Amino acid sequence: MSEAATIDNELRLALVGNPNCGKTALFNQLTGGRQKVANYAGVTIERKEGFYTAPSGRSVRVLDLPGTYSLDAASPDEAITRDVCKGLHASEPLPDLIVCVADATNLRLHLRFALELRALGRPMVLALNMMDAAKRRGIRIDTQELERLLGFPVVETIAVRHGGSVDLVQRIDKLTLTVPEQAGAGGSLHAQVREMLSSAVTMPRLTAKIDDTLDRWLLHPIFGLFSLAVVMFLIFQAVFSWATPIMDLIDVGTTALGNWVGNVLPAGLLNSLVVDGIIAGLGGVIIFLPQILMLFLFILILEESGYLPRAAFLLDRMMLSAGLTGRSFIPLLSSFACAIPGIMAARSIQDSRDRLNTILVAPLMTCSARLPVYTLLIAAFIPRSKVAGIFNLQGIVLFALYIAGIVSALAVAYVIKRMRKDTTEHALMMELPAYRLPHPRDVLIGLYERGMIFLRRVGGIIFTMTVVLWFLSTFPGAPEGSSEPAINYSLAGTLGHWLSYIFAPIGFNWQISIALVPGMAAREVVVSSLATVYALSGNEDSLGAIVASQWSLATALSLLAWFVFAPQCISTLAIIKRETNSWRYVWITLGYLFGLAYLASLLTYQISKALGA
Amino acid sequence: MRLSELAAKVPSIVREVESLGDNDVIARRLRDLGFVAGEPLVIVASAPMGGDPLLVQIGFTRFALRRSEAARVRVEHIDV
Repeated sequence: MSEAATIDNELRLALVGNPNCGKTALFNQLTGGRQKVANYAGVTIERKEGFYTAPSGRSVRVLDLPGTYSLDAASPDEAITRDVCKGLHASEPLPDLIVCVADATNLRLHLRFALELRALGRPMVLALNMMDAAKRRGIRIDTQELERLLGFPVVETIAVRHGGSVDLVQRIDKLTLTVPEQAGAGGSLHAQVREMLSSAVTMPRLTAKIDDTLDRWLLHPIFGLFSLAVVMFLIFQAVFSWATPIMDLIDVGTTALGNWVGNVLPAGLLNSLVVDGIIAGLGGVIIFLPQILMLFLFILILEESGYLPRAAFLLDRMMLSAGLTGRSFIPLLSSFACAIPGIMAARSIQDSRDRLNTILVAPLMTCSARLPVYTLLIAAFIPRSKVAGIFNLQGIVLFALYIAGIVSALAVAYVIKRMRKDTTEHALMMELPAYRLPHPRDVLIGLYERGMIFLRRVGGIIFTMTVVLWFLSTFPGAPEGSSEPAINYSLAGTLGHWLSYIFAPIGFNWQISIALVPGMAAREVVVSSLATVYALSGNEDSLGAIVASQWSLATALSLLAWFVFAPQCISTLAIIKRETNSWRYVWITLGYLFGLAYLASLLTYQISKALGA
Repeated sequence: MRLSELAAKVPSIVREVESLGDNDVIARRLRDLGFVAGEPLVIVASAPMGGDPLLVQIGFTRFALRRSEAARVRVEHIDV
């Protein structure tokens, strides 16, 4: 492979380093926007590659390998780094040059890994990153001495400052690729590092004073949990107060566009396909973007600043008892807004078993799309009375629905833990990195990536399914002179009528059963579908009055219970497919959630009927 | 004494990391992270619920270790 690289004169370099060494920031600085993000074949580990042109005009291909502490891989992503560095990877050629990135403030840990890489006998360079932070803390590093001791080039970089990697680019450009001599070999790697540090590095303090102070407060048993609650509260406020208006705007926009196109095109099938299928489908995809981007803005800031692992530290014990990990907390919390960013945020969980468990239970968190259904039914069936003089009964029911979601998520996670054959101990062993001010460029690139993943990989599935559901709800059309709403005669209608036999024991009439079919697209669609089935032609305000007069309380409660569990959201299923790279987990999720939904509704309906509701 | 039994803020040094079983990935990783004989460490904090996990400062780095992980590390006090 190296011959091929010499022929076209392209240099292939791989960025390798410990987690938290600022590797991704350096990658962003080297390559700018010229990046390609994909997955390694067969696994859900991100493969990030970028390009830049060296001063000599030579093109350089940069591979950002997953961060690891050691070549003794403990997880699939670490195994990729090991295999690529050793030239064992099936699809990735051996890089011409290894650029080992080390945090200058954390050399004792990071130099050990550099020595482990050196032993591979490949051309390499050490990028001594975060030199700005090191200087601020009074850390002095004799780069030339370090270079002599290591036996390969050492270049200082500041990945978060403009021009902070110029030296590295120039040095690499002039480099003749040679294998480093194993200078100073002898003793364990740790012992060698200790020696190097004593002769080349002066550290005034072990960790930054500001970090010690921040940790004393932010990890404090009471104040730490309190500040975590405040951070989460602010994020939710922001998501709902900033993202919701934009989502409403998109909703209004697609409706207006649909109306306009609907008026321009002649009435008929094409009109319906464009308006109810394509425009509604695209709108259904784009409407998630504001929430996804808003949540990820905060998640990325928390991640870049170093707070995310602190939150995981505070909550690990609680999450562990349910078979999850502290790192599951943020993804699950995000799922209260929407399960899609929540499931995507599970990428920050390195351990694949913990990550999968988190993804499987995330749809149980009460997302905002359930609210239209909840509010419709609560307003129609639950009296506005006060409980104990101060609490609103409607509010209590809504709160109970949220709690039901959380409790069942923890219970399901616990059951999964019990059912697993793999009972080995999965480690936390999590580094709490130094606090950092997030760099806007890195946050923006991260946001762009998340947005594109959603639009490209998930948008297609959602769009296709929406059009399929349109097809089901439209064909065959109503016969001439029929009085019932057209959907009754369609495939969805037929399906709904069959389903009503299955749903009879849980108290759903045929109208609900039909509405649930197009409601697979998204939960809130059930509300408009019910309006269609009851032939209200878009007048949803009176829907509450109709269901209040036609349904029993037991049916309403049963439908509420249904929506705590039912995976009535194609987007969630699509993102699970994308993030687990497997249809198997989509079917598992679909199966267990519908199973729980049916069971919960059955119990709710039969018990409330027995009680006379 | 085990790291999991060590009180907070007591400066100590690592004596060794014990493996549980033949292929203890966690023990190997602990050694890679710098838990090797002679290395000074101190517990700087513990989590709110049941004091688990622990926050351990070793070298220039802070690691959150669950007590079950910390139990693999044998430590002894040092006089300062």
